[in-house]
Amino acid sequence: MHYTIDLSGESRSFPTGDPFLKSASSNADIAIYLGALFKPDDTKAAILIELGTECLGVHTGENAGEEGSNVLGFSRYRNGDDAPSSLIELVRQPATLASAIEAAQTMFESAGFEVALCSDQAGRIIDRLMRPKYNDALRFLDEGLATAKDMDLTCRMGLGYPDGPIERVERGGLGHHYDVTKSLFEIYGTSAYTPPRRAVVAKQRANLK
Amino acid sequence: MTEIRKVGICGAGGTMGAGIAIVAARAGFEVVSYDQRGEALARAVKQTDGFFAKSVERGKMTDGNREAVLTRMSSTTDLEALADCDLVIEAIFENLEVKQELFGNLNNICPEHTIFASNTSTLSITQIASGCGREDKVVGMHFCLPAQLMKLIEMSPGLNTSEEVFNLAWNWTEATGQIPVKTQDKPGFILNALLVPFNNDVIRAVEAGVAEPADIDKAIKVGLGYKMGPLELIDLIGLDTQIRLCESFYPVTHDPRASAPPLLRRKVAAGHLGRKSGRGFFTYDGNTMFGA
Repeated sequence: MHYTIDLSGESRSFPTGDPFLKSASSNADIAIYLGALFKPDDTKAAILIELGTECLGVHTGENAGEEGSNVLGFSRYRNGDDAPSSLIELVRQPATLASAIEAAQTMFESAGFEVALCSDQAGRIIDRLMRPKYNDALRFLDEGLATAKDMDLTCRMGLGYPDGPIERVERGGLGHHYDVTKSLFEIYGTSAYTPPRRAVVAKQRANLK
Repeated sequence: MTEIRKVGICGAGGTMGAGIAIVAARAGFEVVSYDQRGEALARAVKQTDGFFAKSVERGKMTDGNREAVLTRMSSTTDLEALADCDLVIEAIFENLEVKQELFGNLNNICPEHTIFASNTSTLSITQIASGCGREDKVVGMHFCLPAQLMKLIEMSPGLNTSEEVFNLAWNWTEATGQIPVKTQDKPGFILNALLVPFNNDVIRAVEAGVAEPADIDKAIKVGLGYKMGPLELIDLIGLDTQIRLCESFYPVTHDPRASAPPLLRRKVAAGHLGRKSGRGFFTYDGNTMFGA
């Protein structure tokens, strides 16, 4: 399935040189906006807007729970500056057209991605679920529950994870974790999303430079 | 302090207890498996025989080794049979009073040097040890399920555990070929302290309509490289077990994320307990899994 890309700046999902960028064509049925301001167009099978930490409704506007059109949001999951994964979180609204969802899913899957469909809620699936866990692990580290090495080892050996929470959140960048949790906290307002001390410290140190 | 040669396992009729008995016997220790439920114990003995027979079939041990291991293992429904054990590991169900009573009884049966270890996954080692009469000789020794296959053990000293006892117990776990990690005596230690609230968050995400269970599991598996999605794992653990974990956790931590989500309670009330009932967040029909 063909797609057009409107790119402004660097995309987190498809960094410069990503093969997905090279396969774009002009005037296709699916329009993808990477950083560029999107233009509504009912004639398109689907319009896809790359999301950061914001909700899709920021771009489309919302209408008492009845919002939805041929516009979807998406993000290719990436742990901080790690290479992007093959997961696309595809964001729908309550009244998003089924045909637009199907077109977007088919397009991404034919490009080799795996698609998880979710509603337009802050943090989508992964950040919503994983950031509180990283916060717990960072807090446990401060409280002396165990060493970082032992916590990571426990998760790898006890749960079969490929990496532990501390090594993963540090590899992704504690400053990045601060930005994501701060944005989630703004929406959810619960302590689970409060940026943890170590992330605050990392952010403040980065600001000193 | 005496060297550990003979190990008693309480609750050996359960999956965890039977697995721990295998770990100990396989490493060369004499093992007495105790359970007050004779039928469960007999079933565990049969399963243990089957496990070792498979180990021989798969070339993981010789027939001679299997026979030697089985010779080192005995089972009993009489607690007094643990009287000459150097280490007793309890893997009975998660109830503080019952565990306290067990250690209190064992204190009257076992010699002074015997170390008591608890396989609790959520309760406080200090509280379990409290009042047993040898608080300095009680340690946390949390195996992962299935114990006979998983190497990790969370080791926790209680507030009154002596360093010497903790080191002896630690060295024993290493002698069995397991890998111990040290944690403080806090609810859930490392594994469950991270997992119980996380699992509840996942259930709440389903309830909040964030995504279908299959999409949540796919996102976590593809995005993070987990072998199993969180909802698949909850189905495997058992939704009723997740409630029990919450009920151990929440009264101690008062962390709202540790409280059982309403959807979890509704599913358990409906009999959707996970794999064991054929339906949880997914439906199971033999080896086939369908989204629910």
